[in-house]
Parts: sequence; structure tokens; C-alpha cells
Amino acid sequence: MNLEDIIQETKTYYCLECGKCSSLCPISRYDPQYSPRVMVENALLGLEDEIVYNKKLFSCLTCYTCQLKCPSDVDYPLFIQKARVLATAAGQHGDYAHSGTLQSIAMLMARSPLKQNRLEWLKKDGYRTSEKSDVMLFIGCSPYFEPVFEDIPMRTLNIAEASLKVLNSLGIEPLVHPDERCCGHDALWVGDVETFKKLAEHNAAIIKESGVKKVIFFCPECYRTFKLDYPNYVKLDCEVMHISELLAQRLETEGLRFNEVKKKVTYQDPCRLGRHLGIYDAPRKVLQAIPGIELVEMEHNREESICCGTSCFTNCDSYSKQIRVERLLEAKATGAETLITSCPKCQTHFRCAMVNKGEEKGPDIEIELMDLVNLVATSLGG
Amino acid sequence: MAEFEPQIIAFTCNWCTYAAADLAGTSRIHYPANVRIVRVMCSGMVNPMYVFKAFEGGADGVIVAGCNYTDCHYIDGPVKCDTMFARLKKMVLILGLEEERLRREMISTSEGVIFARVVEEMVEQLKKLGPSPFKIKMETLA
Repeated sequence: MNLEDIIQETKTYYCLECGKCSSLCPISRYDPQYSPRVMVENALLGLEDEIVYNKKLFSCLTCYTCQLKCPSDVDYPLFIQKARVLATAAGQHGDYAHSGTLQSIAMLMARSPLKQNRLEWLKKDGYRTSEKSDVMLFIGCSPYFEPVFEDIPMRTLNIAEASLKVLNSLGIEPLVHPDERCCGHDALWVGDVETFKKLAEHNAAIIKESGVKKVIFFCPECYRTFKLDYPNYVKLDCEVMHISELLAQRLETEGLRFNEVKKKVTYQDPCRLGRHLGIYDAPRKVLQAIPGIELVEMEHNREESICCGTSCFTNCDSYSKQIRVERLLEAKATGAETLITSCPKCQTHFRCAMVNKGEEKGPDIEIELMDLVNLVATSLGG
Repeated sequence: MAEFEPQIIAFTCNWCTYAAADLAGTSRIHYPANVRIVRVMCSGMVNPMYVFKAFEGGADGVIVAGCNYTDCHYIDGPVKCDTMFARLKKMVLILGLEEERLRREMISTSEGVIFARVVEEMVEQLKKLGPSPFKIKMETLA
């Protein structure tokens, strides 16, 4: 694939140079050197080197803000995804956060003869899982995030445990597969298609082998990857679903009995769940169904919600930090005591911003962070 | 078939363990030639990425070695290294690598003998374990 093919595929040639993308882009707001419009113009002028050797290519959050507002329907995130493949082929890569540990883990996971010990956390508690179940709960990279983000402190497995608890109380005993691997989301979006393909093939194979009909995700990135990207590479004959969708569905069909939780909360739409897949209402419905929960919206919500500042653990810089601080200030301004999100990565990034806070804005951005599933689990429990 | 010869990557600190390895050489202590030494300024600067890269490149085992707590040239390098290593170990165990493939040592400048012994021990252990799972894949790919 060369630049010309990418232009054809993403309909970049429809660009009107209106600049809506650059004015909406959360990165451009802080980083004057990055502009989606300039990137697209360079592509149309055939300046391949300007794109491929541009370090800012990896700054894009692929948050879909530009794509939703583009009057010409240019698929800029897809353009970025494909251009990064070109850049990777030319030996370029972004600045990986955590020195690339997470990318390395995914790459090692893509090598096949591997017996992971990823279910240690399951042994501790009395969660009900079943190997013969029709439903699978996809855990993804959570066990690996746990030690990486130990100091923030971010406990991703808490979310996995809560999801399992929620599923159990819905009467579902899901399969938690001991040999699932990373979904490949990050690998795909940083241009490492080889790794992505291997991971996708592996995951599709284990799902086929286990014969499950439905896969449930608590991470929107895994969900997006399974729903939108896997069909382009592998055959997957099962339904995929985010846990908030499942909860909303159950609420409608049979209703759920929640205990009262007194809290004023606000909700951060993860870009993968919101703009990528259009799921804005399901999590809100679930939140509103819990008695005692008062949901207040931030200034930017739903389609306009602001991304958490980094994607794929790449190019996390001071601009990302500024985006996070701004978002946290917005959350504080609502007067809510808890910021609810349904993406483990959003939570990780916000926690990181709060730990390494900027000097002057330091104390103002402290807010309790919680995943939607954790809240539901506390409310369903007992 | 020739006997399996493991490859070990050792990240050694400039001030203690590298000097110890040097001393082992100048004192003509015999130890297996399976170890490749990467000199770093301090064991506290080794981050998980270095170790993952070594495994990605086909290493069968990795040693991270530096000064004792009291000898550090930069005051608290070994403490940093310990924190890093504890987290690294968790990740590596989840990935399914055996515990023996990763070793944290504190070897002082004068302890050339200890360095040689550590390498010997590790080579023996790795020979029992066989090649790293990541390496097998690489060879079949080629």
C-alpha cells in the first residue's frame, strides 16, 4: 500500500480545506505543530516524506472528533492508521510511553508457544466461571497493566473482578480463557500490522475452539477492535458486546435490582465506545437506573467529549497532560464527586495526571475515579 | 545434535558488577562463555523494556546486576532497581516465562568469583529449562 492507495481508501481527496478538523482536534489546541488539515494537504500534494518522517504522525489520538464533524466525510483516523503502517515500514515509530514495555509485551504475546499465567487473580475469590459457557469475558491486557501501573495506583484487575461479579449476579457464568492474548488494538494503531494479525488470528482461533456465542468486554478498545477491525482480517462467528450494553439490555428486558448508592457523578465518554461505536446511552441508562446516583454532564459530553489525552501509549507528552488537566478541571466544575468512565485506559491516564500533577493546577484536579462496572458491582452486591 | 547452549544477557553496572566481571577475567577464573555483558551506568537505570528487548531478541535468560545497597555510586540505584525488578518479575511470570530465566544479583567490585559462579549456576539452570519459548518461535520463522 502506498500513499495514493491510502488517499483513495480514506477519501482524503474530498478535503475542502475548511479546517474544522484542526480547530476541533484536542492535540492541535495545545500543540501548534500538529494539524490534521496540514497532514491531509501534504498527502494530497504527494509529499509522502512530510507525512512518513513526521514525528507528529504518532500524536494523533484517533479520537474521531474530526471525523464526526468533517463535512466531506474524510476518514482521518483511518488515514492515520494506514499512514503509520507506511511510517513503520520506513523504520519510523512514535515515542512509546513506559519505554515501550506495553508494546513489547504485545509483541511477545504474538509469538505462539506461550503458556501464560494470566488467571492468578481468579484463584483468590469465589467467582463463578465455567469452561462450557456460551459467554466469554475478555480480559485482555489487564493482568499486565497491573504491575506496570502499580505506582499510579491503578488496579485494572479490579475492573475485571467487578465485571465478573456483575456477570455472576446477572446469572451468567462466563468463560475466562487462560490463553487469550492482547486484542492487538495498540499494535494496529501504531502501524504494526504483523503483530496485530498474529494476535487476531490467535484470539479468533481460541474463540472458535471454545465455541462461545457471545464475547463480553469491559474495555472499549478491545471491543472496538473485535467489532470493527477483526472482520477485516479474521472470521469471527460470535456476537460481541460491551458490558454496559448488556446491562442496559437487561434493564429493559427484566430490570435490575440495585441498592442505593448516594453519589453525584459525571461520565467520561471513552472515544472508542462513544465516537467510534456510537454507544452513549447505554452507560448513562445504567447510571441513571441506580437509585441515589445523580448524573451531571460535563461541558463537553457525548459526541463532543474530550479524549483522555493519549492513545496506544504513544507520544504521551506535555500536550497530553494539558488535555487531561483540562478534562479533569471540567469534571471538577460539574460539582460531581466521582468521575465515572468505562475504559480502563481513560482511568489510567487520568490517575497518572493526578499523581504527576502540574504545580499550579495541582490540588484542583483531584477527583475520585471509578469504572462504571465497579459502581454497578457495589450497587448490585449484597 | 549439539548440546543446547543458552544465551544470557547480563546488564551490569559500570561501578561494581562490570568491574567484577573484569576481575573474573583478569584473575583467569573460568566461567561459561554464554553470557553477553551490556554495561550500564547503574542498575537503577535498567527498565523493563531492556529486559523485554533481550527476550524479544532471543535471549534465554537475563541477569540484572549492580552494586550492593551501600556501594552505589548514585546513592539509591539498587533500591530503584529492586522496585523495577519486582514489577518486571510479575509481568514476566504472567507472560509464562520461568522464574529462573530472570535473575537479580548484587555483586561488588571485588567479587569476580561470585560473578563467575552466578553465570555458571544460571547456565546450568537454563540448560535444564531449554530454550526460551520466544526463541523457539523465532527459529521456526526463519
